[in-house]
Amino acid sequence: MSGWDKFVETFFNAKVMWKYLPDILSGMVVTIELALLIVVTGLGAGLALALLRSLAIRPLNWLIIFVVDLFRSLPPLVIIVLMYFGLPYAGPAPSGFVSTWLSLAFVLMAFSEEIFWAGITSIPKGQWEASRSTGLSFGQTLFNVVLPQAFRLTIPPLTNRTISITKGTALGTVVAVTEILGQASSAMSNSYNPSPLMMGAAAYVVLFLPVVVAARWIESKFAWKR
Amino acid sequence: MATNHIVDARAIHKHFGTLHVLKGVDLKVDERELVFIIGPSGSGKSTLLRCLNRLEEPSSGSIVVDGIDMLNPKTDINHARRRIGMVFQSFNLYPHMTALGNVTLALRKVAGKGRAEAEALGRAALERVGLAERADHTPGQLSGGQQQRVAIARSIALEPRVMLFDEPTSALDPELVGSVLEVMRGLRESGMTMIVVSHEMGFARNAADRVVFMDDGLIVEQGPPAAIFETPSHERTRAFIGQIQRH
Ligand SMILES: Nc1ncnc2c1ncn2[C@@H]1O[C@H](COP(=O)(O)OP(=O)(O)OP(=O)(O)O)[C@@H](O)[C@H]1O
Ligand SMILES: [Mg+2]
Repeated sequence: MSGWDKFVETFFNAKVMWKYLPDILSGMVVTIELALLIVVTGLGAGLALALLRSLAIRPLNWLIIFVVDLFRSLPPLVIIVLMYFGLPYAGPAPSGFVSTWLSLAFVLMAFSEEIFWAGITSIPKGQWEASRSTGLSFGQTLFNVVLPQAFRLTIPPLTNRTISITKGTALGTVVAVTEILGQASSAMSNSYNPSPLMMGAAAYVVLFLPVVVAARWIESKFAWKR
Repeated sequence: MATNHIVDARAIHKHFGTLHVLKGVDLKVDERELVFIIGPSGSGKSTLLRCLNRLEEPSSGSIVVDGIDMLNPKTDINHARRRIGMVFQSFNLYPHMTALGNVTLALRKVAGKGRAEAEALGRAALERVGLAERADHTPGQLSGGQQQRVAIARSIALEPRVMLFDEPTSALDPELVGSVLEVMRGLRESGMTMIVVSHEMGFARNAADRVVFMDDGLIVEQGPPAAIFETPSHERTRAFIGQIQRH
């Protein structure tokens, strides 16, 4: 057997792959569910916080900044572990799935709030003034004039953050979530073969590549000639 | 508050922190009048204009525009602002919308017009500034002069009772200034009340009813253009006029 054949036999073993394909697929379903929940709630909460912050209510803004900085500085794994193993002492006992979802959603909320906020503040004051001078209210100006321009600026950093944080779903393994990586590594130890890990890697590419492509498309759609 | 003037601002003071920028300005403007405000940089011209539609909150004083008490907390300021158009030095068009989108936004959101009616009114306003055929262009595809005319259309589409202009031609290349002044002249002929801060002395001379000279937060003197330009009675006015005429 040549070196190449040995390599294929080890890392892309067809028999092993076929056997564990269903596990990897079910892991993909869990990862997709987790990722969608994290993206929707994380970005939604991040945007909501940025909008609250634009109201310029001092004590509220201090609170927002504190929460955002806290979740930006804690390693996501620590938040997941605290929520799963620590929270039960205080009463609620979230499952591994819920712990992973909420932890990463908080992290995405924190990072996306900063990105949305930076987008909102980067819009020149003259845009607000022109709009307000024609009688639009604060909220109408925010939604019709400022946010559409701000979103365009936030799409690239937001996509990067969103992808890197949703990839953190792999951390769910630690709290027994059967997502892609969890399935792949238990299959690997059961089969004494790394092929399932390769399948796991392929699964991530299949999941995230379309997201990257979609982001590029949205970006170009939001662009306008200056 | 009864008044014969469409704009009646009294004893306007404005502080920015410790900086006293307006020191008791009275400005009354008649209907269909074109008032030109001149003065050195930092004298408070922009601040005064911005107080009139409350983009800036005056520290004290009273402002009545078209019978509306602008400083009364009970006044619906968004409703009042529809009657006061404002044109900025930097145009401030919405870059993510077409020219027509810029003009129709407030028609739809503030004046409550349906899409079709707003578009008809918007196209008519663009027509008035000579840009009907540019309705579907975005600001980035328009020259500075065209952008400023779209900005004027955005204001006049709401049928304001007064128009405020803050150095509308200062950001323009010299060859584009004429087209904007032309539109302003047309507005004046249609009877629009206008308050204009500008250095376009030629325009002031043949279009203004009154020239107001401001310095250091106060109105120093005012009168017909000829009087202010030829025979100013204050030394500061004379010095300022002399300065800009040398340019
Ligand atoms: N938002 C602000 N905060 C603090 N100071 C301000 C603010 N706006 C204006 N000022 C100050 O108020 C003074 C008057 O400014 P204003 O813009 O009204 O002058 P202006 O007559 O329009 O001058 P210019 O011809 O340069 O436009 C200046 O000293 C300016 O620095
Ligand atoms: Mg100014």
